Amino acid sequence: MTQLHWLPEDSGWRGRLKALRTTPVTNPEAAWVEAMALANLRVDFVRTNALDETMRTIFGSQPPTGTGTKPVRLAMLGSCTMAHLHGAIRVAGLRRGIWIDIYENNFGQYWQELADPSSDLHRFKPNVVLLALDAHHLAAGLSANFEQADGDAAVEEQLNRIRECWRLAREAFKCPVIHQTAIQVHPDLMGNNESRLPGSAARVVTAINQQLRPLAEQDGVDLLAIDSRAARDGVAAWFDVGLWHRAKQEITPAAAPMFGDMVGRILAALQGRSAKCLVLDLDNTLWGGVIGDDGMDGIVLGQGSPLGEGYTAFQNYARDLSRRGIILAVCSKNDETNAVEPFESHPEMVLKRSDIACFVANWTDKANNIKNIAAELNIGLDSLVFVDDNPVERALIRQELPMVAVPEVTDDPISFLRAVSDAGYFESLAITDEDRARTAQYQGRRAAEALRASATDMDSYLRGLEMVMATRRFDTVGLQRTVQLINKTNQFNLTTRRYTEEDVVGIMQSNRAFGLQLRLIDRFVDNGIIAICIGKMIDDGDTPGEDLLIDTWLMSCRVLGRQVEPTTLNLIAEQAQKLGAKRLIGEYLPTKKNGMVKNHYEKLGFDVVETREDGSSRAILDLASFTPAPTFITIQEG
Amino acid sequence: MTEPEIYAALTEIFADVFMRDDLVLNASLTAKDVPGWDSFKQIEIVIATEERFDIKLHTRELDRLQNVGDLVAVVASKKG
Repeated sequence: MTQLHWLPEDSGWRGRLKALRTTPVTNPEAAWVEAMALANLRVDFVRTNALDETMRTIFGSQPPTGTGTKPVRLAMLGSCTMAHLHGAIRVAGLRRGIWIDIYENNFGQYWQELADPSSDLHRFKPNVVLLALDAHHLAAGLSANFEQADGDAAVEEQLNRIRECWRLAREAFKCPVIHQTAIQVHPDLMGNNESRLPGSAARVVTAINQQLRPLAEQDGVDLLAIDSRAARDGVAAWFDVGLWHRAKQEITPAAAPMFGDMVGRILAALQGRSAKCLVLDLDNTLWGGVIGDDGMDGIVLGQGSPLGEGYTAFQNYARDLSRRGIILAVCSKNDETNAVEPFESHPEMVLKRSDIACFVANWTDKANNIKNIAAELNIGLDSLVFVDDNPVERALIRQELPMVAVPEVTDDPISFLRAVSDAGYFESLAITDEDRARTAQYQGRRAAEALRASATDMDSYLRGLEMVMATRRFDTVGLQRTVQLINKTNQFNLTTRRYTEEDVVGIMQSNRAFGLQLRLIDRFVDNGIIAICIGKMIDDGDTPGEDLLIDTWLMSCRVLGRQVEPTTLNLIAEQAQKLGAKRLIGEYLPTKKNGMVKNHYEKLGFDVVETREDGSSRAILDLASFTPAPTFITIQEG
Repeated sequence: MTEPEIYAALTEIFADVFMRDDLVLNASLTAKDVPGWDSFKQIEIVIATEERFDIKLHTRELDRLQNVGDLVAVVASKKG
């Protein structure tokens, strides 16, 4: 199944697209928002292309301002026809608020263009490269009478060539590289034991797909695993042999929306924009029936009924997600006592109370409750996925909180699991220790909140937290998290500069700049990396080598009010002095979301020397007269 | 399935493919009559038609398609 079945249908879709296309655009941001809304409704490949054409008519080749995301310049490199997939990729970006420009190499010339610095590809300057070599291309030159050595050599040669492409792309563009695996399109010559025929195209493509995976891991390349997806959907849903003969399209246009969405997920994940939290309704979502009416004995869950097993399977899936770092929350219209009871004492419950980082059961409307959940967990509403069997509640949340993902489901619990997994909301490129520990973190934070409530004054509260800040320069171990924070933090972010992995590696390697990753550990919990700073010496201008620009200073809002800001300044000053700086230069660049740090530098004792019309400002701190402020946070290096 | 029903369904498909709700289909309508009807759009029309009617058009059938009337006829032959 290649339909985007988790997106809700709207019978007025065609009319809305027409209105978008025919109304003169007076407000590009509003047009972008409406286009995003249309991309988040059920669209097939025809409507996907219609939306894409409309977008290009409205915006041309210039991304609208105010998207809040980093525009992507995607180079698609391959040897078969892919132009019919561009629209679906751009619309998948739109679905996530990301503007995408696409370049495709001239027919079959991907290798030459990678190697030639004067090629169109190099002129395009991609910031993401997708290497999409099709199965026919990979199997070229094989013969069914190959000896084992010939067959193995063919695999080896293709793998080497692929890795060389990765290397060339990396070196030329210093950007993330995505590799598309090949769909199994070739017919069997032997049958079940096809792998015993060395020169079989089907065998060689399978071998390449398998052997690529560890190599991609080793070389830091992310996979676009359409081979796995096509295996689930059936290869026929992705590959139409007649169409291959007619148009050299290895991926059928019918599968384009799914293909585009898979690319969009990776592009969003590269910007740290995947969802983080699964918010669950209870009655008829985690179990069958209504706990308040049917009671513990009456709800349907677990062994003994197909329906009950469906709910159990969904709970298992949710628990597995939480074990790999997705936060779970509950949002239910219920009396809290009733709602908690199954978690504490129903023998068939897979999810326990301790798996739920934020549990909200009351009679207030769900839109407000979901806002509160986001606030309590200190994550954006666009990080939430809300599953509810009740179409009225789903419609309410889509209406009130369009940034929350609300998958379309039926009343069958197996549809919940399918919607959440097929939609790829939680696309992740790597798994970190922090991901594994996340639910424990959120619970520890609640204990800290409780301490705050009981402490009589601020100082005793802060002292009681026994905080330690572990400070490290940027390193490869923390790279994923650093990039995630740089691209995801909107509120406590002075400059909102977005950087890729390659940018961060560049800072690691510079001896005129530093990057700090700060971890805060308190008595209750390791909060993980909560702040990122990048300092760059200003080596040109009137006073070369004297000023250090705080290029980036961002912090997770969940540690506000913990004295992290002055402690961080002490660390920045120390690093700056090591580089010979006499002054710190702080900048504030306003966005829609970072108003909270408008006076950040002023509060820390900087002199604001310039405020511009757009609200941005520049502040200076003289290091000669700076004394580090005492805080309750102990510093630990390394 | 009657011919008017097939025309009605194809009109919907054409409206989405060409983003026009004013296209009136008739048997003699060809790619030359509709701006933007290129080989990509031709493939879109065929696949959308296959999905809509849950049919599969064979290579020879596709090669014979000259106008909307041909498309209606081939659908009718499979859904008749």
